[in-house]
Amino acid sequence: MTRTETQPVIEVSALTAHYGSRKILDSIDFHVEPGEIRIIMGGSGSGKSTLLRHLLGLNRPTGGTVRLLGVDVARASAGQMHELRRNIGVAFQGGALFSSMSVGENIKLPLREHARLDETTMDIMVRLKLEVVNLAGFEHLMPAQLSGGMIKRAAVARAVIMDPKLLFFDEPSAGLDPVVSAELDEMILRLREAMNMSIVVVTHELESAFKIADRITVLDHGSILMTGTVPEVQNCPHPRVQDLLNRRPRRSEVNAEDYLRRLTGG
Amino acid sequence: MADTAGQSPAVPIEHLGRAAVAGIEEFGYYFLLWLESLYWLLFGWTRKQPVRLAAMAAQMVTIGIAATPIVTILAFTIGVMLAIQGIATLKTFGAEEQVVMGIALSVTREFAALITAIVVAGRSGSALAARIGTMQVSQEIDALRVMSINPVRYLAAPVLAAMMVMVPSLTLIADFAALLGGAVFTNLELGLPYAAYLDRTLSSLVFDDVRQGLVKSLVFATIITVIGVSNGFQVTGGAEGVGRATTRAVVLSISYIVVADMLFTYFLNR
Ligand SMILES: Nc1ncnc2c1ncn2[C@@H]1O[C@H](COP(=O)(O)OP(=O)(O)O)[C@@H](O)[C@H]1O
Ligand SMILES: [Mg+2]
Repeated sequence: MTRTETQPVIEVSALTAHYGSRKILDSIDFHVEPGEIRIIMGGSGSGKSTLLRHLLGLNRPTGGTVRLLGVDVARASAGQMHELRRNIGVAFQGGALFSSMSVGENIKLPLREHARLDETTMDIMVRLKLEVVNLAGFEHLMPAQLSGGMIKRAAVARAVIMDPKLLFFDEPSAGLDPVVSAELDEMILRLREAMNMSIVVVTHELESAFKIADRITVLDHGSILMTGTVPEVQNCPHPRVQDLLNRRPRRSEVNAEDYLRRLTGG
Repeated sequence: MADTAGQSPAVPIEHLGRAAVAGIEEFGYYFLLWLESLYWLLFGWTRKQPVRLAAMAAQMVTIGIAATPIVTILAFTIGVMLAIQGIATLKTFGAEEQVVMGIALSVTREFAALITAIVVAGRSGSALAARIGTMQVSQEIDALRVMSINPVRYLAAPVLAAMMVMVPSLTLIADFAALLGGAVFTNLELGLPYAAYLDRTLSSLVFDDVRQGLVKSLVFATIITVIGVSNGFQVTGGAEGVGRATTRAVVLSISYIVVADMLFTYFLNR
């Protein structure tokens, strides 16, 4: 690839997406720089997961482009996509570990499929990554035997087994108690230190966002309200941003005519 | 769009049209899934992404070996039933000795393949839809895709290969079991010795009869795989969705099997 080290690892421009006829993302633009930890923050239903699916090339956008590591996700050939995906890792919200395989086999799977290595080497690499996520010695357990926090950490170990340049993390703190969630935040910071990755985290947790973010992109109703550093977001005068920060219910501006039309089903 | 159609007089026709389009779309999806699975089986290794033998072997065990007892018992029972009906019917012509030929032909051409396919659809077609549907719901399929592990290669192709081997094998076992069932009942009822039964069976069967059953069983294997896998991949809506897909996979594959069987029988026996 001809990319330089300083080129953005993610370049999204004018991304628009629909589910059926409903517009979910509206003309999204944003860039993530190498080595950056970027938080995508927004209330429930604001389109964070949908945006993530588009970043990963799992959904086709109705407009705009997504470039990861310089590759246009919608136009890439199967070969380019294969190459690209070896350089990205994803930790899904529920972990998405394969329930029929042990933790070790789960983490080993990308190696088995994409690298020609002998079993001993793969075992060592798995143990190394388990050390990184503080799960040393758990490789023989099945996913059903793990707690919520352990599942997320195992999912991270699997996501980074190929030493990706770019790591995505969907809702790391969802469903976890504050202590475990704080441990995951520490782990994300440590991963960046150790492996020099760019990391994109989707979350609705303010506390964790402020702790780990270099910059935060605030998403609301499918549009970006702002992108900025933690202080910039905290001092942003935009009322919707302040609503999110202060956990205020959204002020719905009621349009009497629309409201009546909705009620009568016209 | 959808809400204005609610008042339009053209509703039934429009509805029928939509259903037809959806049906054709679904059939197209099955067909493409089948082609893609074949592609990975035949050419996966040229892209350094082979379908794993270990995965195929594991599927063969769960689809084939584990189903052998139940297929054997059911086929044996069918053989006995055919003998009971055959003898009762032929008695009116005083031709009950002809029952052996009747059993031999209907078992090899028809019933062994059919009963095997129905058992496999019920056991493995549903399990397949449930397994893949659960993976879809828990984002494991997405995880495969972002790891650049093609889900069709990884999940569907090994099952297709295993089914293509095991369903015909089970059908052969069912052939033997059903013929044995027929022999036992004929022996008890008419006192026909086993050697004579075997002799008459062999003289009334030609290889083509057995082949007819085996060719059908290959088609049935494809139907079960493709419908089970498709319904799994298309699951939406959590655990309930998985339940719906499982039921749908079984009902649809048995329906397709019966219809395909009828078409086959019609065209092969003209
Ligand atoms: N598969 C889907 N089909 C239709 N609508 C969807 C689907 N997934 C999400 N949506 C809708 O898209 C909007 C954004 O959802 P999502 O991206 O999951 O938001 P978030 O992750 O921020 O909570 C929601 O209004 C949701 O109802
Ligand atoms: Mg979400």
